[in-house]
Amino acid sequence: MEQYESDRPAPARTAAARRGPRGGALLSRRSLLRASAGGALAAGGIGTLSACGIPPAGRTAGGVTTEDHSAKEKVVNFSNWPVYIDVDDSGKRHPTLEDFTRQTGIKVKYTEDVNDNTEFFGKIKPQLAAGQDTGRDLIVVTDWLAARLIRLGWVQKLDPANLPHAFANLAGHLRSPDWDPGRAYSYPWQGVSTVIAYNKKALDGIEVTSVSDLLDNPRLKGRVSFLSEMRDSVGLTLLDMGKDPAKVTDDDYDAAIARLQKAVDKGQIRRFTGNDYTSDLTKGDIAACVAWGGDIVQLQQDSPDVDYVIPEAGWMLSTDNLLIPNKARHKANAERLIDFYYQPRQAARLAAYVAFISPVDGAREELAGIDKEAAENPLIVPTKDVAARAHSFRALSDKEEAAYEAKFAKLTGA
Amino acid sequence: MAALTRAPAPPAPAGPEQRPPRRRGRLTPYWLLLPGLLWLVLFFVLPMVYQASTSVQTGSLEEGYKVTWHFVTYWEAVSEYWPQFVRSVLYAASATVLCLLLGYPLAYLLAFRAGRWRNLLLVLVIAPFFTSFLIRTLAWKTILADNGPLVGALDALHVLDVTSWLGWTSGDRVLATPLAVVCGLTYNFLPFMILPLYTSLDRIDPRLHEAAGDLYARPFTTFRKVTFPLSMPGVVSGTLLTFIPAAGDYVNADLLGSTDTRMIGNVIQTQFLRILDYPTAAALSFILMAAILVMVTVYIRRSGTEDLV
Repeated sequence: MEQYESDRPAPARTAAARRGPRGGALLSRRSLLRASAGGALAAGGIGTLSACGIPPAGRTAGGVTTEDHSAKEKVVNFSNWPVYIDVDDSGKRHPTLEDFTRQTGIKVKYTEDVNDNTEFFGKIKPQLAAGQDTGRDLIVVTDWLAARLIRLGWVQKLDPANLPHAFANLAGHLRSPDWDPGRAYSYPWQGVSTVIAYNKKALDGIEVTSVSDLLDNPRLKGRVSFLSEMRDSVGLTLLDMGKDPAKVTDDDYDAAIARLQKAVDKGQIRRFTGNDYTSDLTKGDIAACVAWGGDIVQLQQDSPDVDYVIPEAGWMLSTDNLLIPNKARHKANAERLIDFYYQPRQAARLAAYVAFISPVDGAREELAGIDKEAAENPLIVPTKDVAARAHSFRALSDKEEAAYEAKFAKLTGA
Repeated sequence: MAALTRAPAPPAPAGPEQRPPRRRGRLTPYWLLLPGLLWLVLFFVLPMVYQASTSVQTGSLEEGYKVTWHFVTYWEAVSEYWPQFVRSVLYAASATVLCLLLGYPLAYLLAFRAGRWRNLLLVLVIAPFFTSFLIRTLAWKTILADNGPLVGALDALHVLDVTSWLGWTSGDRVLATPLAVVCGLTYNFLPFMILPLYTSLDRIDPRLHEAAGDLYARPFTTFRKVTFPLSMPGVVSGTLLTFIPAAGDYVNADLLGSTDTRMIGNVIQTQFLRILDYPTAAALSFILMAAILVMVTVYIRRSGTEDLV
């Protein structure tokens, strides 16, 4: 196929040149390409085919750690999601990171290169699988991917001695997720709530209070969207069916998928979306949807029509987690950065900007001093009553994850 | 690189022998091709070998992947995902036909009628490339919005009743339907159709048109007997440049489509990134390439032109 690429619009050749004799002694472009590609394939041959392959995870050659250069090199390479940290008015500087540098003398190379968990995993997988340094000391990924990285043995155990604030101030309900008991490998960056959002104008008086309303109300046909994040969409549906996502069985899961499939088949669900549901919701193409709390807070600032409801049956709470990948060169520096954000004051400064749920005890009181309105928003600081209805998806094994994702993919059309 | 350092030796000191310079001359094209060939080997052949290997492996991330010559993956991939294959071909073919219908008159205008506006118009054809592919596709969500003027007008004219009956749209909306995906594909690949058509048409000697007129051919006859046949290379390469990437595209189906418009590119993406079933993803990619290669070969044979532009 590549050969046609070379035939892209080229300067006109003279007719004579184009009509030149083909083949024979003269070099014919096509025959040459064909011959060389064939030759290379044949030479590489079967041997090469079998030589490829991916070694098993967890048995990384040369161990998971490397010499820690933290003392000599006062830097930390931090990979995070876009718009997930405080920004000053110029839009270029991050005040909390600058304070960290001022306090510790450690420079932060901050990169916003995590756009999607699955894609980011695809990006770092080759190096981690080969036991190489990814060039990153600290990454932020959603809990299920954090669980997978821990399961595969691709992240380093944290040193509690470097994390006094983190140990003291981590919120109680986040202390021991089933995929990382006692937080040996990870600390949450922010908590993410999954609830129901709607556009008041587009709803036009239709009442939406539960996932059942989204799935069954005929007046919403084709104007409902769910998230392409499997645990959020299925989790909320499970809760609506009275099942706990933290104890989901294969049968429960299949039942929830069947319930969603019915809604897809009758055209109730318009799409399964990533972050792009936000524009559909503000325009009113989507009347109601499963949405992320932090997004809603930000949307509400520009579109007064957008509102949300926390379902009676419960809502999904996931976390984005800080992890130190294998072979990271500045482990101790990374740990100091984690610890820095577990001081309530810094956590509150972060929460005031990003509008997600802070995992730090004491951040709420600090936040009230910075931004009173934010401190009273249950999407940023859940009240006791709301917090009691938070649920998380249980950790899945390698096989379960593949099977569940495959079933969910079938539901979403691919 | 080792091969590069063995570049042609400096000419031997002049002597009675005449041959060496000639032989060197015959090898020159091959040396000139070397960078291109290295490029192809490095970025086309090697990835293909790697992909071929992946497609016959089995395993999981935790246990590692080993080559087990598990060819069943191919059969399973086809039997499971043939609807998405068929859909991809249909969408890509529809988009290609639409591109041709829209692009030909435009390329014709550019080549024969644009006069001093030609360069400006050419820039306008390419201008959309100055913004990102994603943003251009997202713009279509605004253009086709449910409550937007375009969909409102189509609805008032009862066009949507017809397209809905044909299954191209659903109810009174265009977004998240096959029509939206085909619109996105058509828009995104239109320049790839126009540019080859333009180069082909531009090369036609205007005196041929005059001659046709002198021989009492009416304008349409001139087009049918002179212009169109001479533009065939442009038509063929334009359709290829449109069809091939459109068949593998997944962005348009992802952003403008719904669950029932997913194309094979979406399946490959999901298999590779979400389900982590690398063998199936590799097998699907190979099947797609093979299918396109067969279709393109048949097409080129039947179109009766060896020249592309």
